[in-house]
Amino acid sequence: MIRFLSQLGNYFLLLKKVFSKPEKAQVYYRQTMHELVFLGFNSVGIIAIISFFMGAVITLQTAYNTENPIYPTYLIGLGVRDSILLEFSSTISALILAGKVGSNIASELGTMRVTEQIDALEIMGVNSASYLILPKFVATLFFNPILTLISISVGIVGGWLAGTTAGVITSEDFIYGIQYSFIPYYVTYAIIKTLVFAFIITSVSSFQGYNVEGGALEVGRASTKAVVYSSVLILLFNVILTQLLLS
Amino acid sequence: MIKVNNLNKFFYGKQVLTDISVTFEPGKTNLIIGKSGSGKTVLLKSIVGLHEIESGEIWYGDVHFNKLDFTQMKEIRKEMGMLFQGSALFDSMNVEENVRFPLDMFTRQSDEEKEERVNFCLKRVNIINANKLLPSELSGGMKKRVAIARAISLNPRYLFCDEPNSGLDPLTSILIDDLIRELTEEYQMTTIVNTHDMNSVMKIGEKIVFLNEGVKCWEGSNTEVLDSECTALNEFIFANPLARKLRKAR
Repeated sequence: MIRFLSQLGNYFLLLKKVFSKPEKAQVYYRQTMHELVFLGFNSVGIIAIISFFMGAVITLQTAYNTENPIYPTYLIGLGVRDSILLEFSSTISALILAGKVGSNIASELGTMRVTEQIDALEIMGVNSASYLILPKFVATLFFNPILTLISISVGIVGGWLAGTTAGVITSEDFIYGIQYSFIPYYVTYAIIKTLVFAFIITSVSSFQGYNVEGGALEVGRASTKAVVYSSVLILLFNVILTQLLLS
Repeated sequence: MIKVNNLNKFFYGKQVLTDISVTFEPGKTNLIIGKSGSGKTVLLKSIVGLHEIESGEIWYGDVHFNKLDFTQMKEIRKEMGMLFQGSALFDSMNVEENVRFPLDMFTRQSDEEKEERVNFCLKRVNIINANKLLPSELSGGMKKRVAIARAISLNPRYLFCDEPNSGLDPLTSILIDDLIRELTEEYQMTTIVNTHDMNSVMKIGEKIVFLNEGVKCWEGSNTEVLDSECTALNEFIFANPLARKLRKAR
């Protein structure tokens, strides 16, 4: 328990260091642009692929589980839209990003720690936590909502393509279904969740990587811990946010 | 000048430095020597503030360094340059960007001025036509020299070198030693070098501090080190058979 509280204290102390005033805006801007590409843009491919197949599978499963004449087929489109919007695009994408981006952040910072690159920054008088981690926050908080919107769009396209190709729904019914009793707030809900999840992934992974002690083995462990802890916190906050935002 | 008074450092309840008091003078190459695990790196990292100390004082001139808060410490650190054991060059930056980084961070120089300074520092450490290479494309000796170039880019008052010769062949080690000594004299820096390389001790050790199991056992210069009566120091210096033969021959 004492160890947990000590770690929690260190986590908030790190966040305080991260969110202090940047030393030189120009250098931070350059670093942020780099992180936007590295953590954000480079994740578009994996998110698009997973979302496409996720949408396709949700459509087919919904179709095969609602094969009843009393259900209108456009409900398939509606079910796909709400499943993707409310849960899959924000939560599943966040879990995937916890694996890709989280392990990347933890291993990058961990390697910099064990090779004394972070010490080198400190010796120069640079706030290493702010210089290394703040741009990652900016990048993920800015780009992850975009990734979620991409995921929603590609997921629905995947669902439409799978549904029409397999012949379980017509194109017209699917399009009608995804427009039927649409609640715009669901998009806001998905974006809010994405922002919280982006904060969790970046802060937990940075904390694990930044505080590595030892060598390559510890860097690997930190990377694993980053993914596991981020994923568990994402699932926990998913429940909390759903209760808070949809009740 | 850097002054250390009664410094004590513990790791997980185990004392690794005991009551260290020493003064490091400007314009001189000050060496901390000792066996592996004797506390050299811990002492150096404590002096630069990378390790918090349990008790004692560290003074940079008339500034009580270990009493400063993070922001005040940053100001002193802008006057420091450090060469790490593994060079600690930034992997994602090429040679030029590594040396340029402190200039980008702390000066308002124009791009031309920065480029001029980068080229001057690289030329000073004999790195030519390697500006665009990444650290992974450099040899061990080149990495050390680029790290020195980065350390001197802001004209530091204090230079710290942790095992500058580790992993280098004897000839490259001599080059690095010469470079450290020349730069110390040129910029009148207070230089502290951690080493267990006896060639360095004899060549550049204007002031030597010997640590044994976290305790300062001896202090002197390279002209006095061979005549010391400190048993632990003699065991360290004359550890290899050739050195023992030379000692007998004296």
